[in-house]
Amino acid sequence: MTILVSRLVQAVVVALLVGAATFAMMRSLPGDAAWRIAAGRYGYDNVNVAAAEAVRAELGLDGPWLGAFLQWMGDLFRLDFGVSLVSGQPVIAEIGHQLGASLWLALAAVGLSLVIGPPLGILAGLRPGSLFDRVLLVVSTALKAVPQFLMALILILVLSVQLGWLPAAGYGQPRHFILPAFALALGLAAVNARIARDAMASVGAMPFYAFAQWKGLSRAQVLWRHGLRNVSVPLLTYLGLQFVLLVEGVVVIESIVGWPGIGHALVHAVFARDVPMVQGTALMLGLGFVLVNALIDLLAARIDPRGAR
Amino acid sequence: MTAAVLPRALPTGRILVAAILGLVAAFALLGPVLVPGDPFAQSLMKSLAGPEPAAPFGYDHLGRSLWHRLVHALRLSPLIALAAVATAAAAGLVLGVVAALRGGWVERLLVILADALLALPGLLMVLIVLAIMPGTATGFWAGLSLVLWVEFFRLTRATARATLASPAVQAARLLGFGWPYVLRTHLWPEIAPLMLTAAAFGTATAIMGIAALGFVSVGMRAPTPELGLMMVELLPYWREAPMALLTPVLATFALLLGLTLLAGGHRT
Repeated sequence: MTILVSRLVQAVVVALLVGAATFAMMRSLPGDAAWRIAAGRYGYDNVNVAAAEAVRAELGLDGPWLGAFLQWMGDLFRLDFGVSLVSGQPVIAEIGHQLGASLWLALAAVGLSLVIGPPLGILAGLRPGSLFDRVLLVVSTALKAVPQFLMALILILVLSVQLGWLPAAGYGQPRHFILPAFALALGLAAVNARIARDAMASVGAMPFYAFAQWKGLSRAQVLWRHGLRNVSVPLLTYLGLQFVLLVEGVVVIESIVGWPGIGHALVHAVFARDVPMVQGTALMLGLGFVLVNALIDLLAARIDPRGAR
Repeated sequence: MTAAVLPRALPTGRILVAAILGLVAAFALLGPVLVPGDPFAQSLMKSLAGPEPAAPFGYDHLGRSLWHRLVHALRLSPLIALAAVATAAAAGLVLGVVAALRGGWVERLLVILADALLALPGLLMVLIVLAIMPGTATGFWAGLSLVLWVEFFRLTRATARATLASPAVQAARLLGFGWPYVLRTHLWPEIAPLMLTAAAFGTATAIMGIAALGFVSVGMRAPTPELGLMMVELLPYWREAPMALLTPVLATFALLLGLTLLAGGHRT
């Protein structure tokens, strides 16, 4: 119960932070926000004073800031994000469109990383210090040092440009998933593998593990009944923390491969100073993190009841 | 976790870290001394030309020397990253100690703030700060500091809470030593190695962030030589000049690998 309360507090503070940050962004935009927004709406060649003044009057860009701030936060907590300054569509509708695309990409990446990382990590953790363990250490360290955008660049150059196996960018067909999902998954898998390896090595060195083997269970049985459950708790907790890394990766990778998701929308919104869109997407990402971690807290408490307070 | 189950650090590990980071630093510092030149000077006649004595890494699509652009880029990102890490470490250290010493609502408030910041993707905060602050470099510094202090704060607070409650600190207090003495002799030796790891990791994160935003064209602006920006500029010319693109890619990888090894080597 206390877990959920603290997650709720976290969610509220996230909303406050996002509200304050986007308000500051709205107020301190370099140049005249009305002109920028008008340019975003009508194109840079079609802006004139009349258009800028119309935008200014419509959005109430002048006026005392305290009242504006309170109204801003009030709208935020009523989940009224307003209308995108660029497209004129309600922000909620825009985000609804994009969230699905991002969610599928993120799920594909996490799934792929779980298929690659933990099995290799557990194999290495079963024989700490072996040649395989050392090779995995070197490979995962090297992979961890490659930022996701660089991984995407390398994959595009090798798989799309040189070999011509996959499209470099695009959306809509299953094969479009492969490249961005791998670009995200390899970095996550490197960390997953390390976590699984360390957890497996420490579980494998415990007296109860040796006892389970000594009483005659086969290696596979010991691993299945005593190993995996203990390894899964740190892995799960880390998965929750990795969510932020994943979201960051999604923001960048989507922009590179032209994926019509929430990250792509966010980068464009920041670029066009579309503050309501920035606010909506940022809030969605922050609350998504809190939600995922609340679920993981509950799941971890189920798998390992000892930790529950 | 006992030391026995962990693989022993590769004996060559430390030498490798020193070699990689030393090489990158030496190049960034001594590059223009060895081969004088200007990273902004264009010569379209030499567009994508190969290496020559005045430009050992060849030229980019606008005929600018890649050697000198790389030197500039390898000074810019690490400088911003180090400034942000220094600011974040100082803020995290002070706030962490204050939280552990004072406890009560001060601590609770700081923890809630740190937890909320942790929930927001770092690059997103940097993007918003970049939109607010004038100047890209100062924007990166402020945004990255805002993101990175949380890690230092959490480490400091956790360590300080444990250390300040230890019998050794109680004894020192009973003997009449003041807090400055206790913090210096009891707390700092505990925190310092953790800080080094976090600093190396934070520097790598910051450099990755700057490069990633540069690569998607929302970071540093065009004529500035920056690692991510150089990559995206040279990407269309991959077929004509693969080495031109590989130069910033390899430099970024070497820099990040060195920092990752530095952070990992101290963790276990």
